[in-house]
Amino acid sequence: MTLDIELVHASLLVRRVGDQTLLNQASLRLCAGDRVALVGNSGSGKSLFLRSLAMLEPIDDGQIGWRGHVIAPATAPRYRSRVIYVHQQAADYGGTVEQVLHRPFELAVHRERQFDRDWLVARLETVGRSASFLEKDHQRLSGGERQLVACLRAIQLQPEVLLLDEPTAALDQTAALQVEALVSQWLGESQGHESAMVWVSHDHDQAVRVSNVIYQMQAGELGTFTEQVKEKR
Amino acid sequence: MIAAIEITTWQIALAALLILINGIVSFRFRLGMERTLVFAAIRTVVQLWLLGLILTWVFELKSWWLVLSIAAVMTTIAGWTAASRPKYRFPGMRRLTLAAVWASSWLLTGYVICLLMADLRSWYDPQYLIPLLGMVLGNTLNGISVALSSLVESMSRRRVEVETLTALGATRMEASADAMRDAIRTGMIPIINSMMVVGLVSMPGMMTGQVIAGMDPAQAIRYQIVIMFIIAAATAAGTVSVVYLATWKLFGPDHRFRYEVLLEREKQT
Repeated sequence: MTLDIELVHASLLVRRVGDQTLLNQASLRLCAGDRVALVGNSGSGKSLFLRSLAMLEPIDDGQIGWRGHVIAPATAPRYRSRVIYVHQQAADYGGTVEQVLHRPFELAVHRERQFDRDWLVARLETVGRSASFLEKDHQRLSGGERQLVACLRAIQLQPEVLLLDEPTAALDQTAALQVEALVSQWLGESQGHESAMVWVSHDHDQAVRVSNVIYQMQAGELGTFTEQVKEKR
Repeated sequence: MIAAIEITTWQIALAALLILINGIVSFRFRLGMERTLVFAAIRTVVQLWLLGLILTWVFELKSWWLVLSIAAVMTTIAGWTAASRPKYRFPGMRRLTLAAVWASSWLLTGYVICLLMADLRSWYDPQYLIPLLGMVLGNTLNGISVALSSLVESMSRRRVEVETLTALGATRMEASADAMRDAIRTGMIPIINSMMVVGLVSMPGMMTGQVIAGMDPAQAIRYQIVIMFIIAAATAAGTVSVVYLATWKLFGPDHRFRYEVLLEREKQT
């Protein structure tokens, strides 16, 4: 069911630090409908690769294309606003949850979008939170709740691609499943649109749950399947 | 002219003992600043002594290029020093502080020299230009250095925050807006504070000196008022330019926070 529309194409990314090669010609072609799980040992470069996809890391060689075009430096913010990376640990911000969720709408690149409180309330209900959650002080949230907020904040912008960097690594099972639920709901809704996801995980069961293809990163190299592509749904 | 009380070498030695207080504080709280302190104290003595030796000569200089050379040396030292305080450094930081110190101090000093003191027999009269520039430099150096420290420290402390905004599509100016605002405010606080208390708490050195030397206080305060405004403007200009330049430098053309160029300075012992 994969529509063959190429969204992001990273080709032969290389990253060196000192005499170490952290990324060794890693390539990934991400098409609409792809739900990729990226697994690997810690230090294998999976997080670095994901950050490179979001153009948050310098690369020594290789290039990243977006819908068939090389990304000009000046258009990088636009690219990032459509291909959104979510950090492993959410920063703590002052202010209420609603203010934190509203923050991206103050950026020039999202000025056309409307902040939709009702949509957020509906979304929060699916993970067992009421509207009063929006009034909470962001700094008082648990790690799991912050991660929910971080994912919601990205999803409400209707991205083409979500890049999730071990979003549940520090969470308990319940919170982890809630984050998964949010993301899979987004994917379900965006069937009609062109969307894709890369989820970095060290939890094998989770990788199977959230993806329709699993890649393994090993010593900076990527490209071989270690799992069969499984039909999802 | 009434001669001021003369200070003997013995009295200076007694005053130098006071630096022991700083030494004790540094020792007691393990600040590790003892060596820096001794070095700074020695520099104070040597530099002022040298200044005393050449000041008469400097004030009698008649050629504009010699005066400007001295001004250039002073400015370079100020720009250089402004880059040595921040806890984090990045390649090219020294060039930025030099540029910010040069631009702000020369523009504002030049403005005052040209417009307000137009009756000077020559614009480069060292008796005015050198002390004026010196006072401006001393203060802008402070503002620039404090603002830069604040900027690089908060950028590295808030790295996740900055990157999160970047990842949501922020431009470099949007991603660093909070850190920039804090840095500029921090850089300007000292001069605003001193404008608040000048004359009430602090007796500015130049003005006091002029009065001691026999100048009419009514004229001396006029000088001081002009000085305060140049210093305030130069500090604002220097602070804003160093913060913009540094932000520019800390982000790539693709609006990515180049966290990898920020290095923590080795602890000074």
